[in-house]
Amino acid sequence: MTVFIVRRLIQSAIVLFAMSLIVFIGVYAIGNPVEIFLSGDADQAERERVIATLGLDRPLWEQYWLFIEGAARGDLGNSFVHNRPALQLIIERMPATMELALAAMALAIVFGIPLGMYAGFRPHSALGRGIMAGSILGFSLPTFWVGLMLIMIFAVELGWLPSTGRGQTANVFGIATSLATRDGLVHVLLPAFNLALFKLSLVIRLARAGVRENMLMDYVKFARAKGLSMRRVVFVHVLKNILIPIVTVLGLELGSVIAFSVVTETIFAWPGMGKLIIDSINHLDRPVIVAYLLVTVTLFIVINLVVDVLYSVLDPRVRLADVKG
Amino acid sequence: MATALDDRPAPATPVAVQSPFRRFVVDFVASPLAVFGFAVFMLIVFVAIAAPLISPQNPYDLMQLDILDGRVAPGGKSSAGYTFFLGSDSQGRDMLSGIFYGLRISLGVGVMSAIVAVFIGMSAGLTAAYFGGRIDALIMRIVDIQLSFPAILVALILLAVLGQGTGKIIVALVAVQWAYYARTVRGTALVERRKEYIEAASCLALGHARIVFRHLLPNCLPPLIVVGTVQVAHAIALEATLSFLGIGLPITEPSLGLLIANGFEYILSGKYWISFFPGLALLLTIVSINLVGDQLRDVLNPRLQR
Repeated sequence: MTVFIVRRLIQSAIVLFAMSLIVFIGVYAIGNPVEIFLSGDADQAERERVIATLGLDRPLWEQYWLFIEGAARGDLGNSFVHNRPALQLIIERMPATMELALAAMALAIVFGIPLGMYAGFRPHSALGRGIMAGSILGFSLPTFWVGLMLIMIFAVELGWLPSTGRGQTANVFGIATSLATRDGLVHVLLPAFNLALFKLSLVIRLARAGVRENMLMDYVKFARAKGLSMRRVVFVHVLKNILIPIVTVLGLELGSVIAFSVVTETIFAWPGMGKLIIDSINHLDRPVIVAYLLVTVTLFIVINLVVDVLYSVLDPRVRLADVKG
Repeated sequence: MATALDDRPAPATPVAVQSPFRRFVVDFVASPLAVFGFAVFMLIVFVAIAAPLISPQNPYDLMQLDILDGRVAPGGKSSAGYTFFLGSDSQGRDMLSGIFYGLRISLGVGVMSAIVAVFIGMSAGLTAAYFGGRIDALIMRIVDIQLSFPAILVALILLAVLGQGTGKIIVALVAVQWAYYARTVRGTALVERRKEYIEAASCLALGHARIVFRHLLPNCLPPLIVVGTVQVAHAIALEATLSFLGIGLPITEPSLGLLIANGFEYILSGKYWISFFPGLALLLTIVSINLVGDQLRDVLNPRLQR
């Protein structure tokens, strides 16, 4: 187990190093770093000062070291637009994105598992086929377009739900969240559903495949022969077994939900990290772009690491195969 | 397609001789849904290619536009007496013509990026599988790492670094897709490489290049075609998403994503058609490609072959 975790840690460190190198080369070597850290209206004196602080007269590896050092201190420059440290801006926006992602995940699980299990249990019924057709549609529908249509139907035509912003927030453990107030919950509903749609389809498919596979297994026959009710077999024995793949895949997908929140946040004017990066790209607010990329990449590496370790705890076969190989 | 037949034991009774292609067509046609998807896709391709000929209006010729015709509801008449079947946008552009032209750009970018990505991914995958060892480990590690990040994030990083433009979005789409092709090709090539015909080719002292491209490659194509179909749909959807966000194609290349973005601000005032119809066209494109891809997977997968 320890060997496995140490291996994964080393691998994560290598990936982090590689990604920081890519961002560094992308921003510093391809683009002009002076222009990245200077706004367009800077004068010559300021230009020279920036060249000196960035150490552009030094060799490339030394520049890279300075960049990493700054990143480690949390100093990635000030945003041109907000005139505040870029990293601070991103950290401030993070809770909004996280709560949206978590709400979406919760929706996907709460609706996906029962629907998928039903479709797996009665694959040939009309409802079962309908659920599967819906999940194919969920995979094919472009997220951003669905978001617009949700706004059109639920906010404009029916007027049931608000379509922009987080609504009222309340502090829980010092973090402002919409999930704690009624108004906030109403606001989170549409964007969370929009973000959840793709994952919902995924969970439905996983649950369906899992149920179909498990229903043929001997332990189900045994449990039935023992005299357990079908209800108990499905909701206790089968459910437990299909949860392992669902949990793993959803863990891996948490990262992609955070990445895709870029789209949903832009549509629903949700003040999270995703909206910030799009606004920053449109305003050429480069320090924020660099900070966002580094923060997100680190976040991803941590998520991947945690999921790998958790998976190996849940399913020992993975761990054994990895140590042997 | 030939491989699927190659490794099966000889049938006990002689069956009617079929060419692999004929067999493939017969299998494909077995699913009416896939045929429908293929027909719709062909129609979309035709519309995209023939857009300038069949569009009621050239939506980007300013002489033909009248700002007074802006935001006409579907079915309404223009000042020149022409009917906007799908309505018009804020500039008085016919949405139907806009969609025809938009399909042209969306499909063009999607297919172009897929071709380049297939080429790069195929070369990387074949190199990894054929030479093995350290080259294999290195290429596959890069693929693994890239695939651990969602496509939209990789594209976002690249576009943030590179800036906007048609060429740049193609680069971003290629960068996102190549890894899928590389992994698919390597997987198949590893299996094929151990078969006797490759050994025979090596014994004949054929060159590496000849063995890889004449013998190995054709037998790795079926799974590549399946992945390719699905990836074209992904590429089109991703391009639309990026263009919608305003970081993809420039406004001089109005793809479906940009058309939908144009209608965004009018959604709140109930003028749905500017966003709705281009989205429907996008959806139709993606669904039809996915339907074809699903059936191709079933037909080309040797494990499922009856």
